[in-house]
Amino acid sequence: MAGAVAHFGNWVTVILMVIGLYVVLARGNLIKKLIGLSIFQTSVYLLYVGPGKILGGTPPIIAEGFTVYANPLPHVLILTAIVVGVATLALGLALVVRIHEAYGTIEEDEVLGREGDS
Amino acid sequence: MLLVVTALAIARVRNLFAVVALGGIYSFLMALALLVLDAVDVSMTEASVGAGISTVLLLGALYLTRVDEAMPLRFSVAPLIVALVAGAALLYGSWDLPPFGDPAGPIHHHVAPRYLNQVMAETGVPNVVTAVLASYRGFDTLGETTVIFTGGIGVLLLLKGRRRRRGSGGAAP
Amino acid sequence: MMHRETIPRVVTKLLFPFILLFALYVQFHGELGAGGGFQAGVIAAAAVILYGIIFGLSAAHRIAPPWLVEMLVPLGVLIYAGVGVVGLLLGGNYLDYFVLDPDPVHGQERGIFWVEIGVLVTVSSTMIAIYYAFAGRGR
Repeated sequence: MAGAVAHFGNWVTVILMVIGLYVVLARGNLIKKLIGLSIFQTSVYLLYVGPGKILGGTPPIIAEGFTVYANPLPHVLILTAIVVGVATLALGLALVVRIHEAYGTIEEDEVLGREGDS
Repeated sequence: MLLVVTALAIARVRNLFAVVALGGIYSFLMALALLVLDAVDVSMTEASVGAGISTVLLLGALYLTRVDEAMPLRFSVAPLIVALVAGAALLYGSWDLPPFGDPAGPIHHHVAPRYLNQVMAETGVPNVVTAVLASYRGFDTLGETTVIFTGGIGVLLLLKGRRRRRGSGGAAP
Repeated sequence: MMHRETIPRVVTKLLFPFILLFALYVQFHGELGAGGGFQAGVIAAAAVILYGIIFGLSAAHRIAPPWLVEMLVPLGVLIYAGVGVVGLLLGGNYLDYFVLDPDPVHGQERGIFWVEIGVLVTVSSTMIAIYYAFAGRGR
């Protein structure tokens, strides 16, 4: 039972990762694919930040009276990853908009079908 | 956990407006989880970026495209199998990770103690995350900033040009 | 956009300066508490985007002209890289903040301050520019 508590965070991470992967693979809608990619991305945030936590610790801001701090390094990496993630999401959405203008649809198989027609 | 329920709902619902709204809820829940994990800076970023900017961008993209997702022609089982096998492999691997919140984990013994102990003497900045971000790992952050810059330029190049309607040729920029 | 909705318009007018003020607080207080250039940039961009959603794109263009926003995108990266070059000129390594001031700790604080300014400028202007690109496409 203690093992279950110790690994609960990892399970949540893995479940989110599987959902994200499934959405990316199975859904044909391009915007839905991008949202699935975001879910996958957030599971990676949990994967990084989770081990950095120390039970009984505080956020990594040096102050009087505290000695145990969470690990700051994953926070830095994920902080920049989030903002870079939104920039890449915007780039993907821009591509989707252009695809919609060119083909009139954002479903992957319809795009491929119209590609074959022309 | 609520996160998993919301993610499942995102995977099932076909109306993309509902999906975007659920995405905002998901981002706030994720920010809450990060706050519990003592990552205040990351939590703040996730709440403002994930729930704010991403939602606006997705809504803008939906406005330019269309709202409903088409039904798949056939239910294919291969992606499900691939995802489940990958998940099982990850769960098997996670069994060997150190337990949650353990100060003896290897992650806490590499460079983190040096940052935490030296940061006041070397930079005088109490927020270790800011100090590491801007000073110790300045090169990384320069790279990230350049990536954001490149992403912005890419979006501008893709969307800024004059709209070319099909059939009304000659309007090419 | 919502031209007849009174409550969102009034609330937006009230909130707009406070959101910008909060962004500045997050920016300059980021060394002491939670926050920093990335968060402040996103919050400042959110203020302009909110204004654009409620009052229409042309109103947002009046308070943050597109040419200015697009000029600020590379300017932020240049500020960041310029801090490194200043360190080089003063005899240190690239992005070495110790040489920026006779007192090394002050030098670090100064370097972090300018680097965060560069991040703020890049992030906020990029987000606003992306929003303009998406919103301007619809017409």
